[in-house]
Amino acid sequence: MRSAKVIKVALVGNPNTGKSSIFNQLTGLNQKVSNYPGVTVEKKSGFAKLSDEVSATIEDLPGTYSINPSSLDENIVLQALLNPANQYPDIVVVVADVENLKRNLFLFSQIKDLQIPTILVINMADQMKRKGISLDIELLKRELDSEVILASARKNTGIENIKKAILNYKNVKISTIANIADRIDADFFKKVKETFKDISLYKSWLLITQHHNYPTLDKELVKRIKTFRVDINKLKKMQNRETILRYQYINNILKKTYKVDTGQATGLRFKLDKILTHRIFGYVIFAGILLLIFQSIFDWTSVPMDYIDTAFSKLSEYVKNNFQEGVFTNLVAEGIIPGIGGIVIFIPQIAILFLLISILEETGYMSRVVFLMDKIMRRFGMSGKSVIPLISGTACAIPAIMAARNISGWKERLITILVTPFTTCSARLPVYAIIIALVIPNKRYFGIFSLQGLTLMILYLVGFTAALSSGYLLHKTLKVKGNNFFVMEMPNYKLPSIKNVLFTVLEKTKAFIYGAGRIILALSILLWFLASNGPTSFKNASEIVRGENSELAEVELNQKIASYKLEHSYIGIAGKTIEPVIKPLGYDWKIGIALISSFAAREVFVGTLATIYSVESDDDTATIKERMAAEINQDTGEKRFNFPVGMSLLVFYVFAMQCMSTLAIVKRETNSWKWPILQLFGMTTLAYLASLLTFVLLK
Amino acid sequence: MTTIANLSVGERGIIQDVSFDKVPLKLLEMGCIPGKEVELIQVAPLKDPLYIRVNGSHLAIRKETAELIQITKSENLCEVLKS
Repeated sequence: MRSAKVIKVALVGNPNTGKSSIFNQLTGLNQKVSNYPGVTVEKKSGFAKLSDEVSATIEDLPGTYSINPSSLDENIVLQALLNPANQYPDIVVVVADVENLKRNLFLFSQIKDLQIPTILVINMADQMKRKGISLDIELLKRELDSEVILASARKNTGIENIKKAILNYKNVKISTIANIADRIDADFFKKVKETFKDISLYKSWLLITQHHNYPTLDKELVKRIKTFRVDINKLKKMQNRETILRYQYINNILKKTYKVDTGQATGLRFKLDKILTHRIFGYVIFAGILLLIFQSIFDWTSVPMDYIDTAFSKLSEYVKNNFQEGVFTNLVAEGIIPGIGGIVIFIPQIAILFLLISILEETGYMSRVVFLMDKIMRRFGMSGKSVIPLISGTACAIPAIMAARNISGWKERLITILVTPFTTCSARLPVYAIIIALVIPNKRYFGIFSLQGLTLMILYLVGFTAALSSGYLLHKTLKVKGNNFFVMEMPNYKLPSIKNVLFTVLEKTKAFIYGAGRIILALSILLWFLASNGPTSFKNASEIVRGENSELAEVELNQKIASYKLEHSYIGIAGKTIEPVIKPLGYDWKIGIALISSFAAREVFVGTLATIYSVESDDDTATIKERMAAEINQDTGEKRFNFPVGMSLLVFYVFAMQCMSTLAIVKRETNSWKWPILQLFGMTTLAYLASLLTFVLLK
Repeated sequence: MTTIANLSVGERGIIQDVSFDKVPLKLLEMGCIPGKEVELIQVAPLKDPLYIRVNGSHLAIRKETAELIQITKSENLCEVLKS
């Protein structure tokens, strides 16, 4: 016997059963999120110590109502349990919610019938008394021929028993329970048994009905499967029959073991539903919550964000002044530190947004929003479920587009993915903030409404309007097959678990730092390199400038050399190349550089201008804003960032698809380059035309 | 026979038949199967979707789906008591 055994556990269950809470209780902070190879579905796994010698890796599989997948997320469960290419789990823990035991046992019976070691955990056991539920556990164990554990993740009870049951995985009885094959179609399953002698009956049935969801099957097996796929309609009918018979089987068990005294059940759910989905109050409350979200994203975060901003520019200055001058110091002070700062500054906003969103989801309120908004969103080619991506999009389009996954209709999901980048993400905020500060006067109306704040709000509204109207346009023009089926559970209301909420915030923030952060950091270094290197004219800048301007004083000469250098660096050449295209919008080549580099991530725009103007000037103490305000348009002698140029830039950033990572995510989520390319050209064209119009009208 | 779409809020019925060829398996798997009682709990402000309780599950479905589920209305308890 090996001394250090690691048991592989898969956690399966319906959504809203508190599966993730059980996972959090079992693993604590020993969790990591990675991606399944080839797909962007997040894989959550954790580590739990079961005894002195034995530990377990626990995989928290996406919530599903059935082993038959109807979405990308649910497909993962089938893959994890059945794909021969994966390492099978040693034991499957099915988590059920005591209040919805019937529907939860449906999934349990399917997994048990796969003949893999399976145990059942009934969560939220602490609620039984309050809801008037009584359960004969011993009888249920016998009927299900399985270990059944009562637990409460909230009260932290039963967790030790789950660990003990996992330790005992080798003795878990493998058996089938709902023996309904003969009642579905005896002849058919007799043939199945004969054809797949080596595979258990229910697995064979899933191979036959779900074979398109197994990516790699050997040819011989596919041949055997094909002989049963002659009449697809008949298969569908058999699946329906299976579902009905399975429920009959479960009903019979629950009749003997499960009692609900409905008199005890509180009417809280009923009362809350009446208010929260009310035709007027429902929308008023939702609007209030949205307002609260935006208010908190901007108001509560401005202090920590300013703090972070100052801290990083001080750090940069410190490095410049205290370390030996040279390439390395420059790289750190002008490339790496501002780069990291550009990531860290978004942490407060992302954390608060996900804090609020996960509270809304945990309490069950989000499903009510979906219910309220579905009909409205359908007019724009989307589903009620699109509300979640569109709200999340105000933080970052990347997790938002991934959240579109639980929209089951392909067309609705596709449109949601395509229009989500129009919502104003937090990366646009620094761009907006600095340009608004430059071109919009700091006036107040009636003492409260500031003109700058109002402008910001209008930009957000324009973004949402663009998302909805392009949704409408796509809805009317896109010819995409697939029906838009919609069914959603309305979970009961519950108090959010602080642990779950905090874990979600931590996980999402970490994902942002590592995912988007890496790109932003790499780009700022690349940018710094391209701005401080160039072909021969760059290297000989000093001699050329001195030769042309021999009469100038040393200070002025240095400044001339610096700007000559920038103009002839690699990035300067790139900016000059696109200058003719962007000149009609009111931009020069320096803004052009910022536009190009901000294609990596919008907020890089500000950093780039900061780098450009700081490479040019020796004055380190000026802030980015001061430098931008001082910039002069050489053609007119006016300020570079005047009102028309500023507005034109704002309009450009409202519409433009300036984010590489979003395009990459769209490619992965839609599995085709067609959609991100459409997005890129559509949005950029719209942005170009709109800012052209703005500039021409205001000039 | 009527469909879930024709229930008023608070009314109940027994599912008689589901147009299996048009309704995805998922709806059945979530508990919407013949022989079970269904109650209309709430209708969204724009008359769609519908919020139902069926077989112990609380679900939201669109009107177009509700129209595919045949039911017989249960006796209205209030009217029974009145008579």
